[in-house]
Amino acid sequence: MSDRLAVRKTFKLYLGGAFPRSESGRTYAVTDARGAFLANAAWASRKDARDAVVAARGAFAKWSGATAYNRGQVLYRVAEVMEGRHAQFCEEVAAGEGLSAGRARAVVDAAVDRWVWYAGWTDKLASVLGSANPVAGPFFGFSTPEPTGVVAVLAPQRSSLLGLVSVLAPVLAGGNTAVVVTSRERPLPAVTLGEVLATSDVPGGVVNLLTGDAGEIGPWLAEHDDVDAVDLTGAPPAQAMELERLAAGSIKRVLRPPAEEPDWSADPGLSRMTPFLETKTVWHPKGV
Amino acid sequence: MTSPLFEYAPAPESRSIVDVAPSYGLFVDGEFVDGSGDTLKTVNPATEEVLSEVAVGTEADVDRAVRAARRAFTRVWGPMRPADRGKYLFRIARILQERAREFAVLESLDNGKPIRESRDVDVPLAAAHFFHHAGWADKLGYAGLGPDPRPHGVAGQVIPWNFPLLMLAWKVAPALATGNTVVLKPAETTPLTALLFAQVCQQADLPPGVVNIVTGAGETGRAVVEHADVDKVAFTGSTEVGRSIARAVAGTRKVLTLELGGKAANIVFDDAPIDQAVEGIVRGIFFNQGHVCCAGSRLLVQESVHDEVIASLQRRIGTLRVGDPLDKNTDVGAINSAEQLARIRELSEIGEAEGAHRWQPACDLPDRGFWFPPTVFTDVSPAHRIARDEVFGPVLSVLTFRTPDEAVAKADNSTYGLSAGIWTEKGSRILAIADRLRAGVVWANTFNQFDPTSPFGGYKQSGYGREGGRQGLAAYLKGASH
Repeated sequence: MSDRLAVRKTFKLYLGGAFPRSESGRTYAVTDARGAFLANAAWASRKDARDAVVAARGAFAKWSGATAYNRGQVLYRVAEVMEGRHAQFCEEVAAGEGLSAGRARAVVDAAVDRWVWYAGWTDKLASVLGSANPVAGPFFGFSTPEPTGVVAVLAPQRSSLLGLVSVLAPVLAGGNTAVVVTSRERPLPAVTLGEVLATSDVPGGVVNLLTGDAGEIGPWLAEHDDVDAVDLTGAPPAQAMELERLAAGSIKRVLRPPAEEPDWSADPGLSRMTPFLETKTVWHPKGV
Repeated sequence: MTSPLFEYAPAPESRSIVDVAPSYGLFVDGEFVDGSGDTLKTVNPATEEVLSEVAVGTEADVDRAVRAARRAFTRVWGPMRPADRGKYLFRIARILQERAREFAVLESLDNGKPIRESRDVDVPLAAAHFFHHAGWADKLGYAGLGPDPRPHGVAGQVIPWNFPLLMLAWKVAPALATGNTVVLKPAETTPLTALLFAQVCQQADLPPGVVNIVTGAGETGRAVVEHADVDKVAFTGSTEVGRSIARAVAGTRKVLTLELGGKAANIVFDDAPIDQAVEGIVRGIFFNQGHVCCAGSRLLVQESVHDEVIASLQRRIGTLRVGDPLDKNTDVGAINSAEQLARIRELSEIGEAEGAHRWQPACDLPDRGFWFPPTVFTDVSPAHRIARDEVFGPVLSVLTFRTPDEAVAKADNSTYGLSAGIWTEKGSRILAIADRLRAGVVWANTFNQFDPTSPFGGYKQSGYGREGGRQGLAAYLKGASH
């Protein structure tokens, strides 16, 4: 063992491409699975959530307007940088989730592979979900999937990296921007993922990661008029119905929480992408 | 100056083809039964004549209908061979075609829409919806929605008064094709074609309980939406009611699709062929008296052609014939109800009060019935109520823009996102602008086109889910991603 004094990290939010503290000045203690202190994480507030929505809305035009091929490359780049942080993710997942080193490695492998899988979807969605519509008239009509907009994601509480990637990557692959409330007890892999995103080519504001309490911030996001959709996966079960009611105020798309946190290693299919896609249909007359 | 109207002799469609009973019960489990509550009168909005009395379904009536639908789902419709389900739908499509005149006349009587539209649009499209979906019934495995997509069970459906039969078809055809059974609540003011459709179900020997029709008003609709044994809720109507339905299904296992209001921008660029654009503007806002959720109610016209477009538009509007819905020459019929007329009047008065300029053609309106002339507001600012609120009437708000960026910004400056129009000769501009508009349906150099193969539905507060096409099937299948 070296006698060098370690340089500890300050864990902050990832918001609009920067790493601010919570404007509230609040932090909370994060412990490992056995209760030992790991870090003080920023405890995001309502104001942070609102700032994150502004950042996500601001980033939407460019991200949704990028070519699908470009989005695919940017997302693939994220997986490359994740791979480079593999050891760090393993440590954090092992500590937070109480997994053996081998099990943590498998989880991180799956998370990187999941990100790669979604990166490859960007330029397939329109072929798979779109259509040329054989209408009964002299018209050329086609339908394509488009991103819903700003998606608020309450990330899973237990699976701190694979679960997080499994809810975030599909939102991004479709061209949405995201405001994510991370696992409250296990936020450290999310903070590291923020650093990965900041050092890959994802434009600032496309992903905003708020460490804190989904039960506290969730309602503000669910009723925010500039949020287009909410994923309630990590919502406190007793609060899910109230969040869905709040979301109804501006006719948000709602992905309801599963009865219990699913096995994230299962093949997700399209089930986490289509809730955040709209179908646009364009008609044009044919004529000489 | 002589009247711009050509002289036409009246050409009324005979109403003798329809036989409206003095009263109707509910259609439950394959037969007409008495309701357990009050009745309501449905009137001809063009004359205020009472057409019939229909039952106001109570919670108990809705419960009876849902139980019939559940039984039919479990015992008959669910287990049925998909090809046979398809054959029933083909039968229904054919009967609708055979009885098309009857439906068209009844629709115009009950709704007030011109017979030209009910005859040429509503009824043929309704038949087409059944015909299209009939073919899907035994091909669902090919729809890209999973290898063995399953129905939800009982679908509770609530539809509006603007296209009574067509909205029924949009709801019932995909629900049945995918193996669901249905409890449908038609609009309070337009129940008659749904009740005639019930007779079509009998004529087609559709098994009892597969389609149940419970008439009534808002409370009846609420009972359908909130019934604990309804698996799937589909609603078309106002955003306000859509919100309350979304709240009502929150926390349940019910699956919801909503097709709500709109405030579509119809964008006219300076290179558009003006005459064609004017036809499109007229079709966009005066079709069905503007009682269209996707109506092109905000005209965005490029500043350089504003005066020319407005002059041409006013000339064209001067030739529209407003009056008897059953006259084949009529272009614009009656407003559907006194209540809707009051709302149109109120918003128009607010438009003037806020500083916009109202223009209406000289036009004689019948003495009785509910009427509002085609109306154009100019000098409208984006903050005006008539530029933001859905009027749901023959009222066009005109705004201007200078650049394509400004057109897109103004078009998207709405809580709604159902439809939009683009008029320009430049193809590349159409595609670029269509990409940027946050709307579910974009009509380029056309407007208000509908087809069962073409997904329809909104962005933002215009709702979610699609109706029509492969994508529309997803709403009625379990775990199906579109």
